[in-house]
Amino acid sequence: MTVQNPANARTREANSLLKRLNSTNLLGPIIALILASAFFATQSERFLTGQNFSLILQQVMVVGVMAIGQTLIILTAGIDLSCGMVMVLGTMVMTKLAVESGMNPFVAILAGTLVSTAVGFLNGLLVTKIKLPPFIVTLGTYNIAFAITQIYSNAQTQTGLPEALTFFGNTFHIGNTAITYGTVLMLLMYVLIWVFLTRTAPGRHIYAVGNNPEAARLTGIPTNKVLLFVYTFAGFIYSIAGLLLVARTGVGDPNAGATDNLDTITAVVLGGTSLFGGRGLIYGTLLGALIVGVFRNGLTLTGVPSVYQILITGILVILAVAADQLTRKKA
Amino acid sequence: MNIKRLSALSVLMTATVAFAADQPIIGLITKTETNPFFVKMKEGAQKAATAKGAKLLTGAGKADGDNAGQVTALENMVAAGAKAILITPNNAQAIIPAIEKARKQGVMVIALDSPTDPQSAVDALFATNNYKAGQLIGKYAKAAFGKKPVKIATLDLFPGHPVGIDRHNGFLNGFGISSDKDARVVCMQDSYGDQAKGQTAMENCLQKDPEINLVYTINEPAAAGAYQALKAIGREKDVMIVSVDGGCTGVKNVAAGMIAATSQQYPLKMASLGVEAGVKYIKTGKKVSGYTDTGVTLITDKKMKGVTSKDTKFGLDNCWGVK
Repeated sequence: MTVQNPANARTREANSLLKRLNSTNLLGPIIALILASAFFATQSERFLTGQNFSLILQQVMVVGVMAIGQTLIILTAGIDLSCGMVMVLGTMVMTKLAVESGMNPFVAILAGTLVSTAVGFLNGLLVTKIKLPPFIVTLGTYNIAFAITQIYSNAQTQTGLPEALTFFGNTFHIGNTAITYGTVLMLLMYVLIWVFLTRTAPGRHIYAVGNNPEAARLTGIPTNKVLLFVYTFAGFIYSIAGLLLVARTGVGDPNAGATDNLDTITAVVLGGTSLFGGRGLIYGTLLGALIVGVFRNGLTLTGVPSVYQILITGILVILAVAADQLTRKKA
Repeated sequence: MNIKRLSALSVLMTATVAFAADQPIIGLITKTETNPFFVKMKEGAQKAATAKGAKLLTGAGKADGDNAGQVTALENMVAAGAKAILITPNNAQAIIPAIEKARKQGVMVIALDSPTDPQSAVDALFATNNYKAGQLIGKYAKAAFGKKPVKIATLDLFPGHPVGIDRHNGFLNGFGISSDKDARVVCMQDSYGDQAKGQTAMENCLQKDPEINLVYTINEPAAAGAYQALKAIGREKDVMIVSVDGGCTGVKNVAAGMIAATSQQYPLKMASLGVEAGVKYIKTGKKVSGYTDTGVTLITDKKMKGVTSKDTKFGLDNCWGVK
């Protein structure tokens, strides 16, 4: 009979965690986040407060949720350039139907969700049936979704939204910290997707398809069905991000979301997910989104102009992809 | 063979243009197709063109800052026979070679809304005086605050943009502050004129200094974002927000008390003056020159002593977009 030494087990556990983090390139981002946070904490006593952390979560909420869809797609070795526009199209349908047509807000939300999901489905169809590269497909739908949004909204912002559309912007309190329901929804979505990806067969299929589509197909995984599902589901996730955007800003703005595709890719890459597919962890994406939010918030608190945030983000993105390449070569 | 066909086609096209040349052709190139400010400017130009019996060609950059798209539009309009072109330059310097080429071919070019750099690269400029627009809200805020202690946040446009710099400096000057280094200015952030980014910027500024009680915003979407951030912490009543633009949504926000005062500008007027000047040039050969201030009016429902202003009813009657 062997008696486990608990201390040994713990170090082993810690070691394996370190290894796992390292193999997914999460170690670098975590160190960057800790170092940056430590630095900002010494510069401003307001940085390390629950309220400030809740605020950063609110600020990354929309891109954070959208980045879930982007992560799923990138895991299949694809990419989605259309996400921000698909989201905004959904928000304009929701808000215009609810405000101008006086439709029941829940029906309006459902309509917006359907529209975004439909564009996701269209992306999936073009990728799987006509075998077009995802980059090209989503570049096309980016423009289509943008144009339809502008035509449908006549470039006008919708204001005076009913309460149901802005619900996720409401807050509850833990101690002195006000937390929005939208943030909770985002965190919940990350947990659910994490369970889906790591504990269910369809989730594992997504990794398999990204790693080697041919091998996946030969082992009996319905590759095309998996891809079609991923793009459609991503469209659905963007519509939820849209609902959060509406809740956060309190308006339906047809000009929002223009650069969100790049912001989501930034979050995914900073979170250690490989752009070549098959490797990555969903909570890495949350971490990536948080890094961007922490820098923006921290630099404001310390009085640094906001261009420096862009500068630092750019450097981090390159470092993250370089780390991915280097570990790939080793492996 | 292809080249032959092409040249035949272009001869044909030039001929068609020449035939239609008795109707004055005027071009309008806006920064984007989508900003409601420019959508309105286009409407104003179309109205004036119809009234004057002129044909209006329109074009735009793909996005804010897209110079190549504007150059293409400009070249196409000259090719189409436009003798006067109105442009809101996306890039004050990069557009100049294309403008020079057009002017050498006898086209009168007027800059609307934003100047070229140098301003003399165009025949004339019809625009809001952005420094004055900033100054008006600065003076208004000063009159409201008097000797009360003030902590100011500025939500600016983006680095280096002349309109953003003019409004920002005008505001500080109007308030009686000579430099960004002044201790009363506690936070300066870029909002890109966008509501969501403005909200984030304001939230972070409030984290930096929760006692901020005056907010300057580059435009009304940024102001709406700032208001949203203040409302979240229950300070929307005791912080003053001032802004520039005068769009219909913005004026409504002034009426609702979200924004204390805004400086209203007049894109419709810029466009109609531009079209009229263009028609006059094509018919008589007489060019306009120099800078024409298309005016700016302070809109507020809470008048301050010594600061001239109009109420939101006037603002709504003169705003651009859907009321």
